[in-house]
Amino acid sequence: MNDFIKILDKNGLVFAFLVVGVIMYVSYFISKKLTKSKIPGAAIAISVGLLIAYFGGEKGVASLPAFSGMALLGGSMLRDFSIVSTALGASFHEIKKTGWVGFLVLVLGTVVAFFVGGSIGYVMGYGDAKSFATIGAGACTFIVGPVTGAALGASSDVIAISIAIGVIKSIMVTIATPFVAKKLGIDNPQTAMVFGGLVGSTSGVSAGLAATDVKLVPYGALTATFHTAMGCLLCPSILYFLVQLFLP
Amino acid sequence: MKIYGVAILAACFLLGHIVGDALGKAFHLTGNLGGVGFAMLLLVFANDYFKRKNLIPAETENGILFWSNMYIPVVVAMSATQNVKAALSGGWVAILAGIIATTACFILVPIFSKLTKNK
Repeated sequence: MNDFIKILDKNGLVFAFLVVGVIMYVSYFISKKLTKSKIPGAAIAISVGLLIAYFGGEKGVASLPAFSGMALLGGSMLRDFSIVSTALGASFHEIKKTGWVGFLVLVLGTVVAFFVGGSIGYVMGYGDAKSFATIGAGACTFIVGPVTGAALGASSDVIAISIAIGVIKSIMVTIATPFVAKKLGIDNPQTAMVFGGLVGSTSGVSAGLAATDVKLVPYGALTATFHTAMGCLLCPSILYFLVQLFLP
Repeated sequence: MKIYGVAILAACFLLGHIVGDALGKAFHLTGNLGGVGFAMLLLVFANDYFKRKNLIPAETENGILFWSNMYIPVVVAMSATQNVKAALSGGWVAILAGIIATTACFILVPIFSKLTKNK
């Protein structure tokens, strides 16, 4: 048994291909047979991923020795590489049609997430300006939170909360998007770009759109990646200064 | 050859990251500012240009398409490696702030969609 795990661990990436392949097959089978394709196979597969992550540790299922390769396959390098490749399906013409609204939603999405998130932290007892800003930044994405917290010198438990908020956001966006897409009118490149810019969370947006309509992924992912950039720019600077005017 | 497509993709990816990294440094932040976004824009422009000049054979394009098809599996692997336990143990602050802030952003989507030129 030990030798077996050693082989899997040594060939982690290859084993990860097998694991994900099996998850995909089972999920698409369930989608087709049990839900009559009403719940997309991709949505089920991503939920299965989150579920098995719960049984792992800090790195999800990759914390278990045999599954270490999952961290490489799902790590930022290959994730970003495959996100960029989806741009092949995006047309410049469609991107142009979104125009200045694309930029506006980036700023607005950051500001709304920041103040809503920060206010909830404030109500629940994190009343100083640094904690407000760090928790608010976490409500943008789980990258903006720690970047802001580190820049302001926030305490490590507040930074941990900000990461948790970002992760919860990405999980919620992943699961909820396919169910609310129709109601929110996310069915064309322009609304997908507005959605990506407002919500941010590259992982959540791209996974959620993948489960909704794969053709929309490049548009949503494009604005979502700039959301993180916008958050890293605004949260530790202008937005923090604004908060400082009102809080100690 | 397929590898040409993969190489074009890799070039866009790395150039995007170099730009994002330079921007991050310019603003004195650790990390990359929108590198993936710049890489995507580069690939959109490159693809647009090559298509118009008829410079990109189907086989080259297949090298890039393979990676776009790997996208969902990669996302599944990413989901499986999230720190789900910590996210849930971050307490009520994390759960409430995460859910309410996300909902607020969701609600704004239809309002701003109306402002785009898609009618």
